[in-house]
Amino acid sequence: MSVRHAMLALLAEGPKYGLRLREEFEARTGEVWPLNVGQVYATLQRLERDGLVESDGTGDEGAQKGFRITAEGEQELARWLRTPPDLSSPPRDELVMKVLVALRMPGTDVPAVIQAHRRYLVELMQQWTRIKEYDARGDLSMLLAVDAELFRLDSVVRWLDAAEARVQRAAADGTIAWADQASQGNQTRAPLPRQRREARRWR
Amino acid sequence: MAMSMLELRKVSRSYGQGSAEVHALREVSLTADEGAMVAVMGPSGSGKSTLLTIAGTLEDPTTGEVLIAGQPVRNESRGAKARLRRRVIGYVFQDFNLLPGLTAAENVSLPLELDGVPGRKARIAALKSLDRLGLSDRASHYPDQMSGGERQRVAIARAMVGERRLLLADEPSGALDSVNGEAVMRLIHDACKNAGMTAVVVTHDAQLASWADRVMFLRDGRVIDQTVPAAGPDSLLTQDRNR
Repeated sequence: MSVRHAMLALLAEGPKYGLRLREEFEARTGEVWPLNVGQVYATLQRLERDGLVESDGTGDEGAQKGFRITAEGEQELARWLRTPPDLSSPPRDELVMKVLVALRMPGTDVPAVIQAHRRYLVELMQQWTRIKEYDARGDLSMLLAVDAELFRLDSVVRWLDAAEARVQRAAADGTIAWADQASQGNQTRAPLPRQRREARRWR
Repeated sequence: MAMSMLELRKVSRSYGQGSAEVHALREVSLTADEGAMVAVMGPSGSGKSTLLTIAGTLEDPTTGEVLIAGQPVRNESRGAKARLRRRVIGYVFQDFNLLPGLTAAENVSLPLELDGVPGRKARIAALKSLDRLGLSDRASHYPDQMSGGERQRVAIARAMVGERRLLLADEPSGALDSVNGEAVMRLIHDACKNAGMTAVVVTHDAQLASWADRVMFLRDGRVIDQTVPAAGPDSLLTQDRNR
């Protein structure tokens, strides 16, 4: 999130003094994103120059100056809210690299490599879930932020699950080197379709 | 020290013989102390459901030992095992398994009545269990008058009714959306932390498994790994986020 749009978002709630804007910005982004004072006032100046906010003109360099968002500022904020961030080029993912390298290295137990990462991710997810647990009626913003992290980690676990299944299949087909080792596991599958077995047992 | 409510000692289960023999479980050991919530994660065919049927005494292991509340169940009579299932163990299934012609309260009181508890007493216990899960106002509703999330909560109330102490759940959130799925896991978690239940939940979903104190990973009938009990959330919030 840019400082520019953060200021517009704060001003969308109502007119505020420069000092108050700085305090609120810090309170809401907290330790995550410390901001220097100069940056706040420089941003406000540029917003005013671009006609997205207007000031009451009193007070000195910003702290005592009152600011309010203009109609153009509101439009800019609305446009920004609906503009998807650029996710088109995938980030260089270290975990994907490690699994790909493991596939190429002779004698590497790829499922074991995958499991080491899976366990770490699930442990992290357990810690994030504890936050929900301790704070059952936590504020909505916090819950959404925790959810975002859980979904992100979950997507990586699911990728690992899919990767493992593909690797097992490739091993069974004999298309990768350590086929012998992995195909042994396939003989241990349950004998009957899961549904049929369950239906019989639970009755 | 917490008592072990469920213990599996080197439990194996195989089907068929000779070259057709397949191993659904191989020397699985698992201990769930009173008040603990354990999740078992694995892909389909990894042995999760077999593990649960054996833990629930619905099936005997080929080798190994199952202990419930410290008592080995292998040598118990069929009747004694059935009593154990009726009085101590509650089951939660993916598809709720409520009887459509019975109200929520009747569904919850049914296992008690089957066990010979007088109707009035069973109903009082059922209402208490429903109340514990925030379902008092649904007591006289039929399953088709309730949402999926409510139905699963009724199923959990049934699994906890009376003196039940061990809850075994097979993909309990499988038929629910993520918010309702989380609500179900939260209830099972609270049942362990506040009502002294012990739960074993099998799931393939990492988000749901992360409600558990411990997550065990099952592959081809073997426990291949488990999570180290998580530290409190403080460790997460104070770590260096800029690394």
